[in-house]
Amino acid sequence: MPSKALAGKARSPLAPPASFRWTRRIILAFLTAFALLPVYVMVSSSLKPLEDVTDTFQWIPSEITIRPYFDIWDTVPLAHYFMNSLLVAGAATVLSVTIAVFSAYAVSRYRFRGKRVFTVTVLSTQMFPGILFLLPLFLIFVNIGNSTGVALYGSRGGLILTYLTFSLPFSIWMLIGYFDSIPRDLDEAAMVDGCGPFGALFRVVVPAAIPGIVAVAVYAFMTAWGEVLFASVMTNDETRTLAVGLQGYATQNDVYWNQIMAASLVVSVPVVAGFLLLQRYLVAGLTAGAVK
Amino acid sequence: MTSTVTPPVRESGSGADQGDGGARRRRLPRIPDRIRQGGLPYLLLLPAVLLELLVHIVPMVIGIVMSFRELTQLYINNWGNAPWRAFDNYKIAVDFDAPLGEALLHSFYVTCLFTVITVGLSWLFGMAAAVMLQGNFRGRGLLRAVFLTPYALPVYAAVITWAFMFQRDNGMINHVLHNQLGLTDEPSFWLIGDNSFIALVVVAVWKSWPFAFLMLMAGLQNIPRELYEAASIDGAGIWQQIRKITLPSLRPVNQVLVLVLFLWTFNDFNTPYVLFGESAPEAADLISIHIYQSSFVTWNFGTGSAMSVLLLLFLLLVTAVYLVATSRGRKGSGAV
Repeated sequence: MPSKALAGKARSPLAPPASFRWTRRIILAFLTAFALLPVYVMVSSSLKPLEDVTDTFQWIPSEITIRPYFDIWDTVPLAHYFMNSLLVAGAATVLSVTIAVFSAYAVSRYRFRGKRVFTVTVLSTQMFPGILFLLPLFLIFVNIGNSTGVALYGSRGGLILTYLTFSLPFSIWMLIGYFDSIPRDLDEAAMVDGCGPFGALFRVVVPAAIPGIVAVAVYAFMTAWGEVLFASVMTNDETRTLAVGLQGYATQNDVYWNQIMAASLVVSVPVVAGFLLLQRYLVAGLTAGAVK
Repeated sequence: MTSTVTPPVRESGSGADQGDGGARRRRLPRIPDRIRQGGLPYLLLLPAVLLELLVHIVPMVIGIVMSFRELTQLYINNWGNAPWRAFDNYKIAVDFDAPLGEALLHSFYVTCLFTVITVGLSWLFGMAAAVMLQGNFRGRGLLRAVFLTPYALPVYAAVITWAFMFQRDNGMINHVLHNQLGLTDEPSFWLIGDNSFIALVVVAVWKSWPFAFLMLMAGLQNIPRELYEAASIDGAGIWQQIRKITLPSLRPVNQVLVLVLFLWTFNDFNTPYVLFGESAPEAADLISIHIYQSSFVTWNFGTGSAMSVLLLLFLLLVTAVYLVATSRGRKGSGAV
């Protein structure tokens, strides 16, 4: 995607002046260092033996070992937490995206009473401090469990419900913008050709909005994968996610920093890889939808 | 995302006014069939509405009710019968001469300062990165990926790494400042005492500037190239183009971005929680952690709820003022 400002500067007589080029180099170097510093510490420390991470920091590991990567699975049940996180974040993403598609379609393509109330309310929930509804939600889940037998507290289901709602406002907002940028003539034509409203949605609007939908899915997954507060209150030993489980590497006597770093790297790889692969979609989705 | 404010759209046939169902101005003919689909839009919205009710709206109402009751551990299993206390919880929360109110006020100051610095720096870094990555030069795609990495890393993994870097005896920060540069007489504490505020800001900025970069980068792609071309034909240099074209064109994006950054930063719980644990040092006692502690650690949920409600009112007020102030003089297509 060629950008607008300086594209073609090779051809243009107005190449950026040296002052700009040097400023650019300095700024980009600083930001790169800032962004990657923790990543470097994470990677290098995860390859050190325990005595090296409890002692003075070394930029270059004096000895490299991959032991931490084997030990992390035994110190805490990491694989189990991993599965929990995957289940919760995966389910929350699928549901959140599906629900957001329906809602955005309604708002983008129909006129109806209460539309404005709906969008304003959904968006304003972003303002609520999580701490405000943590306890009430906890009590609601416990009460639903006591009265209907549907276990929401401490279960993955409760966490999935919570997380999918967290990403819903932004997802709906972004998809409305995205759907609005898809010409209506397309789905109108499909309706004329005999598609119902759902046919038009799934055969025309959704395929045209794939970048926006992918972007929203990435966002929803990252939201669920990284949430800490509700994960610590709403889970038990069986359903604990990585966000809570990662705190298990600090024992009474020792903090296994090399294992913490190795585990952090392992839990980061899926999201970072997915994000970097799909970031084009995210930028394209934001460009077409949200940022307008 | 919170904003329902969007800039006017200048693109033929796509009136994007997200977040605003009301003032839609379409140039397309209305299709009567669609409008007569009475119940369908409601059916489409039903799942979202039910979930919002369950997870956001109803708990918030309960939270507000709780703030008027005496809700200590004695009543937590039977909270419907907790004694009614009217505004007592609020009086306790805003009694700034008593220790509890004083601590809340201090926490509020800390949070305001933290938010202003963090949002300002995040915006500055994001803007610098987005502007500098315009144009074509080698390594641009790679740099973009690098800059987005902090945003992609799960909060707890990233923040726990920072916590390791800030360790007094075996952390990287002290190794550089004390051992390598000799700037401090002895290794400092970063996660307790006054320095903890600096540590918190550094981590928060590191975590949120990539988001600013992402939004601004997307915003830059919507600026028509002709503007720059016309400007360079007229002899405007690159610095002038940034000042005269880039910044004004980004105003609508910035409006949304600053608001979102403000709300996220002000409500941030994850960063201090992973960095400091259940109780933050006084210098870095952000309001969300403070309320969490007042509720879950000292088991006084009534007062905790009252504090939450006050916080919500403050955020609503700031947001309303902000929206009114920023949407003036705009040819708004969807200003609330």
